[in-house]
Amino acid sequence: MAKRIDISGLSAFYGSHKAIDDISMTVEPRSVTAFIGPSGCGKSTFLRTLNRMHEVTPGGRVEGKVLLDDENLYGSNVDPVTVRRTVGMVFQRPNPFPTMSIFDNVAAGLRLNGSYRKNALADIVEKSLRGANLWNEVKDRLNKPGSGLSGGQQQRLCIARAIAVEPDVLLMDEPCSALDPISTLAIEDLIGELKERFTIVIVTHNMQQAARVSDRTAFFNLAAVGMPGKLIEIDETERIFSNPSVQATEDYISGRFG
Amino acid sequence: MASTTQTEIPPAPPGRRTRAKSTGRVGDKIFLGLSRGSGILLLVIMASIAAFLTYRAAIAISDDEGNFLTTFDWNPAGDPPVFGIAVLLFGTVVSSIIAMVIAVPIAVGIALFISHYAPRKLAGAIAYVIDLLAAVPSIVYGIWGALVLVPYLEGLNLWLDQFFGWTYIFEKTEIGVARSLFTVGILLAIMILPIVTSVSREVFLQVPRMNEEAALALGATRWEVIRLSVLPFGRSGVISASMLGLGRALGETMAVATVLSPNFLISLHVLNPGGGTFAQNIAAKFGEADAFGRDALIASGLVLFVLTLLVNGAARLIIARRKEYSGANA
Repeated sequence: MAKRIDISGLSAFYGSHKAIDDISMTVEPRSVTAFIGPSGCGKSTFLRTLNRMHEVTPGGRVEGKVLLDDENLYGSNVDPVTVRRTVGMVFQRPNPFPTMSIFDNVAAGLRLNGSYRKNALADIVEKSLRGANLWNEVKDRLNKPGSGLSGGQQQRLCIARAIAVEPDVLLMDEPCSALDPISTLAIEDLIGELKERFTIVIVTHNMQQAARVSDRTAFFNLAAVGMPGKLIEIDETERIFSNPSVQATEDYISGRFG
Repeated sequence: MASTTQTEIPPAPPGRRTRAKSTGRVGDKIFLGLSRGSGILLLVIMASIAAFLTYRAAIAISDDEGNFLTTFDWNPAGDPPVFGIAVLLFGTVVSSIIAMVIAVPIAVGIALFISHYAPRKLAGAIAYVIDLLAAVPSIVYGIWGALVLVPYLEGLNLWLDQFFGWTYIFEKTEIGVARSLFTVGILLAIMILPIVTSVSREVFLQVPRMNEEAALALGATRWEVIRLSVLPFGRSGVISASMLGLGRALGETMAVATVLSPNFLISLHVLNPGGGTFAQNIAAKFGEADAFGRDALIASGLVLFVLTLLVNGAARLIIARRKEYSGANA
């Protein structure tokens, strides 16, 4: 079930360093929201607060609220492990489990949850691989190690692994930055299909990509190196790229930045 | 790093400092000669050891009136001389297996605790204490084993005999203090714990962050992260670590010689006193052996040498076979 994310007053810290400052926004369900901004502006950090991955970094700490359809992910009785089972994540570099077969990679999340019927496992794996547009390429070698695939295939395998557990939200942290243009296109097409079923948030350095895949775009910036990153504005992607309301956004998009 | 670099480049002679660039090539030549020389020297030393062992062993084995591999006796001074390695091989292998069975799981557990569970300060302290265990001389372990471990293990032996006697292995059929292969195995386990722990810990610390995050992002608990990412990545490292430990256990001399009360019987009742190992037998007999007796002991040493080589070779094979799954190509 795709869910809405309501973020209010969110700040994240590395030890005493404040990485992002007081961010509030709403992420609509069944849509793609892109985060853009210069390096170090905290967009990846912000993404990682949405599934409580930020706090696994030593010294990582978060203040503020993230509501997933009215349930606060940072509530005092919320287990971060449960949060990560409902908010999936795809990383910058493809990271399939190297010792596992393709099949086991996709099944890994289901096996962790334990919430599946044994005879349904193969069906779910096939459905997830089809969902990630990878099935036709790997159906004859499901028992081969996932690390033997190409980079683009590995990344789609990671997407299949993430969607196999039917998460509410899918977070993508620069999912194409380690891929060639053809694999990138495959992933972008896939994102377009996945948004029918999931709430998708994608961090990207590629502004054309943000313009191509996203419905809404958020622009982050930081005043200076060492200062916390801030949300400058979030709006319909079309508007951000044609007529943004803040001058800094236009400067960044048109390349007149810094 | 800086110090290595300095030793690799010999300092230019003081009078020629202005021509530093051209002396660099001389330095290369000197260094090449030194490193090539060390490499060749190592091969020469290994070859001479092997030749020495084989030559002396051949003398002894050709005059052995018993079967060198199957005789349950060690009497090279007798007439005719009769000696064989069966008991020593058995004792060496059995005590080492016991040591591995005890030490490897504990060492992996400690290594995981240090690398993934303990707060940083505590982890450092534990790692230090474990490394300290490696600094204790083996004769000290031997004395401690004989004076403390042996009497304390009698209770455990009784208990094992009572409740696990049906396994045959833990049946104690002979009365006597616990100077047995089992006690030796426990002592060896303590002695190999540091090396297995510290090598495993290093490997576990090298697990790429992104492999662990893959598991975390799927909603894995800390243990599940270890099961999905850390252990598969560390497997070959743990095997190497275990083999290093096994090498030490196979060759351990003084501690075993101090604890064991040797005899020349083979028994799978590991709680019974008796048995022997290669290194222990050599240490016990070398002092009073005549020239031929020493050759006989050298022959047994050669078998230990081969055994250790085989173990290392097997470990390399296991690691090589798992290479495509090692995570290095992720």
